[in-house]
Amino acid sequence: MEFDLSLLLNGIVSGLLLGGLYAAAASGLAVSFGMLDIVNIAHPALMVTGAFTVVALGTWLGLDPLVVAVLQAPLFYVFGIGIYNAYHHFFEKRGDEALQGLAFFFGVMFIIEVGLVMVFGPEQRFLDPSYAYTTWRIGDIDLPLRMLVPGLFAMASIGGLFLYLHRSFTGLAIAAVAQDAEALRLMAIDPVRIKRLAFGISIALASMAGGALVVVQPVEPSSGQVFIGRVFAICIMGGMASLPGCIMAALLFGVVENVTATFFGPSWSPAVAFGWLLLVLAFRPQGLFGKAA
Amino acid sequence: MRNISRRDFGRLTMASAVASAGTLAGAFPALAQGTNPIRIGMSMSLSGGLAGNGRAALAAQQIWASDVNAKGGLLGRPVQLVFYDDQTNGGQVPGIYTKLLDVDKVDLVTSPYATAMIAPAMPVVMQRQMCFVTILGAGVNTTFKYDRHFNMNVVGDNMKETFAKGFLDIAATLEPKPRSIAILAVDNDFAQRAAESARFLARQRNIRVVYDRSYPPSTVDFSPTMRAVQAARPDLIYIASYPPDSNGILRASSELRISAQMFGGGMVGPQLAAFQAQLGPILNNLVNWDIFSVEPTMNFPGVSEFLTKYREVAVKEQTDVLGNYIPPYAYAQMQIVEQAVKRVGKIDQAALAADMHSQVFDTIIGPVTFSASGEWAHERNLLVQFQGITDGDLERYKRPGAKVILYPANLKSGTPRAPYGTPA
Repeated sequence: MEFDLSLLLNGIVSGLLLGGLYAAAASGLAVSFGMLDIVNIAHPALMVTGAFTVVALGTWLGLDPLVVAVLQAPLFYVFGIGIYNAYHHFFEKRGDEALQGLAFFFGVMFIIEVGLVMVFGPEQRFLDPSYAYTTWRIGDIDLPLRMLVPGLFAMASIGGLFLYLHRSFTGLAIAAVAQDAEALRLMAIDPVRIKRLAFGISIALASMAGGALVVVQPVEPSSGQVFIGRVFAICIMGGMASLPGCIMAALLFGVVENVTATFFGPSWSPAVAFGWLLLVLAFRPQGLFGKAA
Repeated sequence: MRNISRRDFGRLTMASAVASAGTLAGAFPALAQGTNPIRIGMSMSLSGGLAGNGRAALAAQQIWASDVNAKGGLLGRPVQLVFYDDQTNGGQVPGIYTKLLDVDKVDLVTSPYATAMIAPAMPVVMQRQMCFVTILGAGVNTTFKYDRHFNMNVVGDNMKETFAKGFLDIAATLEPKPRSIAILAVDNDFAQRAAESARFLARQRNIRVVYDRSYPPSTVDFSPTMRAVQAARPDLIYIASYPPDSNGILRASSELRISAQMFGGGMVGPQLAAFQAQLGPILNNLVNWDIFSVEPTMNFPGVSEFLTKYREVAVKEQTDVLGNYIPPYAYAQMQIVEQAVKRVGKIDQAALAADMHSQVFDTIIGPVTFSASGEWAHERNLLVQFQGITDGDLERYKRPGAKVILYPANLKSGTPRAPYGTPA
């Protein structure tokens, strides 16, 4: 394909918008995987669960998917606490969290997918807000609100989480538990309670990402599978526990995917995007915003 | 506490399926009389990516079983379907067919939906020399060359030379004559064969291929791809895609205001009610491959009655609410088994295969004959066009006029409208 400035600019802009969705999907994982060392492979499946409940509740209440996503977040927070309690009781407490913990979350993912089919059926579900079919145009640049609004929603939710983690005592404790759980005990803080709380937040974020996903595309029970590799790659590229790193990595991932798709064909997109991950790790093993050990 | 592994869960699913098979006696009064049923076994995708069509196919097959049992069964025996969920995982399929044949000792086997699930079953079925009627496979028997394989699919024997023929034949009727084509296909077997057909026939007709790419099934955003297609300025846009990609492609095309003399091709997705409900007027003037439409030219005996029954159960079974795609073919698949068994008069796999090779079958989707390779002897790829769609109301798809048949000539029910990309 011949070089065209308009194609390049649109590739970058659409990549940034796609990166917004990726950031939404990866931010919860930056908490569970990045900060708590919990390899929650079921995170995208939980995001899709959030998407399905958004469709069900949004259809019933007649509300915007993103509003429903915020309203349902506390329920997913409680659900996340339940999952963590099971994980802690059966694996973490026994020191089996590495391989068996991974198997546990793999099982959770599978049960969620089958459960969604049982409850909602295998058909695609959707809930289009009024702006879903509107596209803003600035010169040659297209800004479909289907992508723009979820991207902004993701940035707002990650910004809120960032403030919480840096301004509140509990938020600082979550950051501390990621570094040294034993040191937390010395300050009379129960690290298990903090981890439980943090994991609940990560699942609440997954449900909010589900709201963003519904605006972007229809969902089916297995929709989460295409995100598994991407969200883990973004988390690692961003520097594991870093939310700004997660956002940067997500945007970079989106831009690389879309610019590659524009000029070299979509078949190359995943290969080039994951190639970037390897390149970043080769020069900065700690990720873009991670701190060197 | 023991972990639940994928294998354990598969066993649990099988156990529940067996339990549900037991409950069939309630649905079929003949079974409750303690007679010796004819057991028909199959693997079916009831969860995972193909579950949408898998569940719809099973619902249709259960309606067939109910109809047959209501008429006294087959060879005087009730029929019973024994099915297991393959979870859209080809790796599960050989084990399921081994179990069906060795443990459940079924009398007959039919296939799950589509190529990726049919192919893994073939070695087991061939080893036991079972007659195997499959549904919506694409060239599976090209490799296996099994003489007891019969495929319910309109594409016929020669997909390369026929699949895109209708699309290009319709394009040839437009003014001005289209001179260029863009081809985009997902990386899977069916779509690549469809794209190969479009490529082959376009070159044969001196239509310049200005864009020819594939995309991985994991693609999330189609905006850059469709923008690149748009930049190539094709007169025709031929897409071979799977759900949910089809949705992303059509929405991105709408956002980019893409227009072409003809847009469509071999997209899987627009045939389904969920797509039609969501995309509404975006589908207008799309010219796409299909297998069934409720047009007067396809009102074969029994199909209306079947669709009425299907739509009654579809909501409860949470399958495609219209049933205008797979279900009539799944019902017809079982009618072929039924008619062959009746003619042969016993369960004899060799005799059943010989009957299927030699006879014409009257089904709710019309007469069907098979070629030596087990594909349809005469291809019947439909090219339909969505016309006059104003919103996502699904009622219009129960009546003629919304999905007009443009090809083949003997089923044609309307004339093409161009271009794609203009409001209805």
